[in-house]
Amino acid sequence: MGENRETVKIVVVGHVDHGKSTVIGRLLYDTNSLPEGAIDRVKRISKEKGKPFEYAYLLDAFEEEQKQGITIDTTQLQFFTAKRDYVIIDAPGHKEFLKNMISGAASAEAALLIIDANEGIKEQSKRHGYILSLLGIQKVYVIVNKMDLLAYSEEKFIQIKGEFNEFLNTLQVTPLDYIPISAFYGENIAKKSEEMPWYKGKPILEAIDDIPKDKELSGKPLRFPIQDVYKFDARRIIVGRIEAGILKEGDEIHITPGNKTTRVKTVEFWANKDTGTVVSAGQSVGITVEDEFFNKRGEIISHLEAVPVVSNRFRANVFWMGKNDLVTKKKYKIKLATAEVEAEIKSILKVIDASTLSGDEKSQKVRINDVAEIIVETKEPVAFDEFKDSKATGRFVIVDGYDVAGGGIISRAEEAVLTKGFLKEGLFLNSKIFEEYYYSVLDNSIKNVQTNLNIYHVGDIIPVSGATFKYPDSFDIIGISDGVVVLIRDKAVKDILRLSEYSYSYLPLVNARGFGIKVSSQEEYNRLIKERGGTDEKELGKDVSFSNHWFSLNQYKVIQFNEDSVYEIEYNI
Amino acid sequence: MNHLDELEAESIYILREAYKKFGKLGMLWSIGKDSTVLMWLAKKAFYGYCPFPFIHVDTTYKIPQMIEYRDKIAKELHIDLIVHTNEEAINTGMGPEHGRLVCCKALKTDGLQQVVEKYEFEGLILGVRRDEEGSRSKERVFSERNKDYEWDYTNQPPELWNQFKTDFPKGNHIRVHPILHWNEIDIWEYILRENIPLIDLYFARDGRRYRSLGCAPCTGTIESNATTIEEIIEELKHTKTSERAGRAQDQEDAYAMQKLRKDGYM
Repeated sequence: MGENRETVKIVVVGHVDHGKSTVIGRLLYDTNSLPEGAIDRVKRISKEKGKPFEYAYLLDAFEEEQKQGITIDTTQLQFFTAKRDYVIIDAPGHKEFLKNMISGAASAEAALLIIDANEGIKEQSKRHGYILSLLGIQKVYVIVNKMDLLAYSEEKFIQIKGEFNEFLNTLQVTPLDYIPISAFYGENIAKKSEEMPWYKGKPILEAIDDIPKDKELSGKPLRFPIQDVYKFDARRIIVGRIEAGILKEGDEIHITPGNKTTRVKTVEFWANKDTGTVVSAGQSVGITVEDEFFNKRGEIISHLEAVPVVSNRFRANVFWMGKNDLVTKKKYKIKLATAEVEAEIKSILKVIDASTLSGDEKSQKVRINDVAEIIVETKEPVAFDEFKDSKATGRFVIVDGYDVAGGGIISRAEEAVLTKGFLKEGLFLNSKIFEEYYYSVLDNSIKNVQTNLNIYHVGDIIPVSGATFKYPDSFDIIGISDGVVVLIRDKAVKDILRLSEYSYSYLPLVNARGFGIKVSSQEEYNRLIKERGGTDEKELGKDVSFSNHWFSLNQYKVIQFNEDSVYEIEYNI
Repeated sequence: MNHLDELEAESIYILREAYKKFGKLGMLWSIGKDSTVLMWLAKKAFYGYCPFPFIHVDTTYKIPQMIEYRDKIAKELHIDLIVHTNEEAINTGMGPEHGRLVCCKALKTDGLQQVVEKYEFEGLILGVRRDEEGSRSKERVFSERNKDYEWDYTNQPPELWNQFKTDFPKGNHIRVHPILHWNEIDIWEYILRENIPLIDLYFARDGRRYRSLGCAPCTGTIESNATTIEEIIEELKHTKTSERAGRAQDQEDAYAMQKLRKDGYM
């Protein structure tokens, strides 16, 4: 509460019924953070429902939650101590709602893991501990609740501490401390309990003030994932949030995976009071650059001396929250920083039981609430880091159908397996000109399939005709969104160059998908390039009127009937 | 970065994400302090441009000064403003005397649905905040509504690391909440810091002021002598009354807001 005060986000996790909501209700009550009438209102509702008053009801805003006495979704609440402000995230402990627990925990920087002293360590206690370690949350207090039910026994407390420490040690997690409490009676919440004189540590409200705040990320290598490119006026502004490091006007910057180097021309602001020439980690910013070559969402801006990894394969630890199992040979979408790319799971190395940490190395699917070690292969190369080096660019989510169904952190980059396209030094055109188009009689729809997964270099001969395409012997491939051109002469790759270095050759032009480009004069070519730069670049290439005007679907391609569902062919590598 | 810088950066990121992802996007402007802050954040995010329309669902029962202020600001800031009223309901005499929840549903929820249908919005930006009331505290930043505008709050998808829900079947839409993580005092401190123009109903006159704005019949004032933003902030630091205590519809039933919001209320 205050412009210059520090805010710390803490997630409260633990097995169902171990008392998370009660702990939070107490914290709010003891810090005077409840609005007037909240207690009366909850007392009234409790009475209406014929149930005894509980602090947990202060949190469980939803009707269903009060009926069942479980937290369905994540709640965020605020309170403050003399030192700083807190956002408390109440995450559900029921196994069914693990995805909600993960949503809550993912945004926290510290955690309170609640264990019921009477029930002891349960399945979700361990699973939540494991997930915290996967999410990289190292600052954890283990809260041993309901000590009142055990007559505040030190012996029992020591036993639970020993048992759970053993488990946490295997995860390389060392808790900040173990705190024995009774949330119901308010023991060791705001002030030291007289019931447990043997406990020498601090009560929760004092202990959390000791949690060290996350270190500033501005001291780390620059990571600026491009979120969007705006052209509302004469400026072409690259926007996004700086995830790590510092960026200044005049800096030489590198853009991956496009592999381009340029210089920052200006840092852009709207409000006069925000004007400046330096921006740093955490800020949502906009810049213009000197060379206005095409750059797009998903690319990462860094300094030359510390660039991210570019590859299309990496090893990762994932937690799966999807209704359908995570399997190999299926198309998923990966969202990594601002990049979105089609991907498949190349192999499932190990499925881990989060409550015992035992691994199954034979399992070929990952079920809901499982954690697994997998290898991901993306369709296009992406820029990323290993999680230990950079959190924001080292983690990703997996989208299955319409929903985010999994989350993962990258443990190791694997060597890229680039497929299909043209490569010369740093220039790569991910080309789809060899795609075949079929009308699947089975599905009544058109499918495109690529079986030619070669990489062609300068001098290589290419197949200019296939089952459903026929190109001339000499033509130019213009990769409009990648800004790369490939010159084909007498069925061979003559050169690969940047679009900015290319001059129109009067030979037939084809785009990266193999569609004819309707250009037959220098003037038309100039107009194409101008329009390409002027279409807001929001959804370039997906822009229907641009495509209809400039591209011809059937100049070099035909569609053939095919009775099979041709989907499988794509994986015949 | 201080606390307000962090809040601002996060909100701008969310607004830009919504603009990138949704072809048809609109922003609800209720004329109140939260959606006015939202408008300011949009100006920052898009460098003074606002690449989507603002929508005001006018129940015809709003406090008259709000409408005056709305038209003045829209003109001054060159805002593309859609004003929509559920005329059918008004013509059949809908009003709070039919029951507050019935009235809210007809004039606000149904009115909003009519706008969404008419303009085929895929994304709606709203200025709701987690600390306002219980059901909002459970919201996602990108929150899906189905074809019937219902919110399935028992089965919300995970939302982690600023990877929001951007894939959904046609006909559904996404509610985008860029200031979900702000609290009431943050809003006032930001208005103060940024010098954002604001309707004067929030400032005390004759010992009373509005803390939250809505329809005239259902919105009460609070006792207050705060005539400046600084005084309002000081007052809020010591209050124990909830922000929406003056909003009659919330008090209709213990679960009023949850019920309204499940059916598509903002």
